[in-house]
Amino acid sequence: MSAPVDAYVIVSAILFFIGVVGVIARRNPLIQLMSIELLFNSANLALVTFARSWGNNAGHIFAFLVITVAAAEAAIGLAIVVIVFRKTTFVDVDEVATLKG
Amino acid sequence: MIGFVLLSLVMIASALFTVTAKKPVHSVVGLLVNFIALAITYLTLHAEFLAVIQIVVYSGAILILFVFVIALLSSGTKPFEPGPNRMPRAVYPALLFGAIGLAAIAIAVAKTAFAPTAIAGATGDANVFGSVADFGTALFTTNLLPFEVTAFVLMVAIVGVVLLAGDDAPGRRAPKRTQREPISPPRERIAP
Repeated sequence: MSAPVDAYVIVSAILFFIGVVGVIARRNPLIQLMSIELLFNSANLALVTFARSWGNNAGHIFAFLVITVAAAEAAIGLAIVVIVFRKTTFVDVDEVATLKG
Repeated sequence: MIGFVLLSLVMIASALFTVTAKKPVHSVVGLLVNFIALAITYLTLHAEFLAVIQIVVYSGAILILFVFVIALLSSGTKPFEPGPNRMPRAVYPALLFGAIGLAAIAIAVAKTAFAPTAIAGATGDANVFGSVADFGTALFTTNLLPFEVTAFVLMVAIVGVVLLAGDDAPGRRAPKRTQREPISPPRERIAP
């Protein structure tokens, strides 16, 4: 199997912007968090592709760090989702208007 | 090449399904398919350790966390009612923004000459590029400080989650839920 680097980068960009559209357009906080996971993964795909392309595994190390940060982000984000939406009637980010003046 | 095209189609289709699904559980399933296809793509890129980590950490830990939170949030009240839609046409600017960004990256990729290294398939050899031995050597010698910072990031996450969601956080006692109804009455809404 051989594919050019450009193809991997384009697939990574497509995944990234699918995730961006999900974060902007969806109102369910859980689906927004999953879209953020899509963003992390598309960035990882680009990192691993460039690591392979240059034959340098610094990209692998960086992808490992990104996975760690994604795990921390998911844990804290889901904790915030739980404590915020335990008290609201709808699971919807538009409900979080406590700071509205 | 045919494998790459298939994997890309699976990844893009499952990502679209994740973003467009009505229920979060369906999104989780789409994301699972996406992660597995991505792990196979890592294998084709000689990133064997990362492929395993992708399956273990993402599919094994993070998605299970999502499923638990979905179960937790839909246990007391009616499951996942979206509120009134206050911004019904937010999809169009989102799609426009995504299309502009994608076009920008596509133009940038078309104008850039990447390293011409051919990307070959995975091998089973130890001590080659991307194997566990290679990754571990790089992680524990030249990149020891980032590895330690990783431990710190995880510790901060654990402390933060315990402070946020712990039952006896100082100064706040989480209300006990006994009834199958919302804790607070529905807020009265300001008519638009």
